[in-house]
Amino acid sequence: MEEFYHALKVSSTACTGCTHCMTVCPTQAIRIHHRLATINGAACVDCGMCLKTCPRRAIFVEQDDFNRIFHFRYRVILLPTVVFGQFAEEVSEEQIFAELHAMGFTHVIETDQSVDILTDAMRAYMQKNRPLRPFISAFCPAVVRLIQVRFPSLIGHVIPLKQALDLSALYARQKLKEQGVPEEEIGVFYVTPCAAKIAAIKSPVGEEVSPVDGVINMDFIYNKIKMGLTRRDHQPPPPTSGQGYLSPTSIAWTLSEGEASSFDGRCLAIDEIHNVIDILEKLENEEITDIDFIELRACDHSCAGGALSTNNRFLVIERLRARMKASATRQYPHDQEIERHAAYLKAQSPLPGKIVPRSIEKLDENRSVAMEKMQKINRIMEIIPRIDCGACGAPSCRTLARDVVQGKAKLSQCAFIQKTLVQEGLMTPEEAIEIAENTWGKNRFSNNKQETSCK
Amino acid sequence: MEFTYHIEGGDFSRAGAASSEVKKILKQLNIDLAVIKRVVVALYEAEVNVVAHAHEGIMKITLAPDSIEAVIADKGPGIPDIALAMQEGYSTASPRVREMGFGAGMGLPNIKKNCDRLEIESTVNAGTTVKMTTFFTG
Repeated sequence: MEEFYHALKVSSTACTGCTHCMTVCPTQAIRIHHRLATINGAACVDCGMCLKTCPRRAIFVEQDDFNRIFHFRYRVILLPTVVFGQFAEEVSEEQIFAELHAMGFTHVIETDQSVDILTDAMRAYMQKNRPLRPFISAFCPAVVRLIQVRFPSLIGHVIPLKQALDLSALYARQKLKEQGVPEEEIGVFYVTPCAAKIAAIKSPVGEEVSPVDGVINMDFIYNKIKMGLTRRDHQPPPPTSGQGYLSPTSIAWTLSEGEASSFDGRCLAIDEIHNVIDILEKLENEEITDIDFIELRACDHSCAGGALSTNNRFLVIERLRARMKASATRQYPHDQEIERHAAYLKAQSPLPGKIVPRSIEKLDENRSVAMEKMQKINRIMEIIPRIDCGACGAPSCRTLARDVVQGKAKLSQCAFIQKTLVQEGLMTPEEAIEIAENTWGKNRFSNNKQETSCK
Repeated sequence: MEFTYHIEGGDFSRAGAASSEVKKILKQLNIDLAVIKRVVVALYEAEVNVVAHAHEGIMKITLAPDSIEAVIADKGPGIPDIALAMQEGYSTASPRVREMGFGAGMGLPNIKKNCDRLEIESTVNAGTTVKMTTFFTG
């Protein structure tokens, strides 16, 4: 099976194998080997929980080289609204636009410009496919991947449409092509608030290629804008054009309730990955029925709480709410350029491919073998302590048992089992140390440990 | 392979916990998703029946390579007329139970729809035993 692309990487120099990430990972994708957190690519859904919890900033989001933008003559930057929320109120939208032009972008387009068109497409899909209720939004790529790996039976409920990001990228390309710009001279770059969006662009689900050429981390662009503003030292920015009108619903789209408040019927908005898992369990058991639409976001407070958001998420929301208020007082301009492309974008909106199940739960393809493995797990569970201490390098006793039957770990990694074996003379203390060193690193248990950890 | 779960009568806050555990097991055994769904729906109905009507009960799951058998046995009022209880919409649930969204009279008919073999034995003022079997396909 083809591997997911993952933007989350572990720095082998900064990581000390402290287990924080391992315990919070919602898909149990992390193990500690040789004092280093290792992420299982088949299970990781790029939710970013590990990055947010890492006390040493050892987990980071890999990004494209910024200078790649200069490979293109026409350089489009796609901005999600949360970018504006990174800045204090005194930094105006015009200033931010101006800085983006100053750093080399020829066109600045807000990702959420296509939200009204997407909302119409989603509404039409839901009306046409009512038996597939409850509908699950495909907004958050981490949630879509979570459904693929842990809740494949719910895939049919996911609305198989492209997101605002893709539609705005297509719009930007189409607009430039109409002006006679050759396709290969257009570079579209997206500013991402999280790792999941990057993964979705690099290996899209249900799409062959993404219309986006590259991704820029939001914290990186924040620093670059901030630097530009500082250097300009309150001089008025050069005038720029291209800032379109955004409706209040478009501004709110990436925030919690952004989607749920746009549709009729019973709509739920759920954010934070554990809350999402909880509701997906209930949906799968059919404990919750009679719901029309469910908005699911992996981050606490949705994209305002994205792993690459530098500002406090409540302040991000405050700024966007202020913008919504200002937008609500403005007359809706019917001469919006994107409206002219609405028919084209709607036609482009269905995902061409299928969202495929990639279950990580099954113990084996063969049912009888899977059953034997489960019996082995149950036997192991009877002898291990069930305290989920993590000293074996796995997040819980059950995951260690699973790893053991899958041949990925040894039962002797369990600190309790080691003690028992040593006491009964079945293992020497040296052997026990060696096993522990495989997980926690060489010389972790020697006397000069103090020195090595204090440098 | 066998698994046993205890079901507490009247504890609606935990209703569905046992069925959810069984679902987690079936997902690990690479069983067809549609089959898992049927099994879990049937088990959930049976579990809620115990919570809503009985004092307590157990759910005993026996897994074979080609089938799952579930026996849900409770100590409770029993069912005086099983044929009547099998009719959709027939319910003896109290108003309190209905307020919580249970007791629509779909329980037993829904179980029958979602399993391959169903046997119900009941003694009034003693309890009910529901035995359901579902075969795995593929």
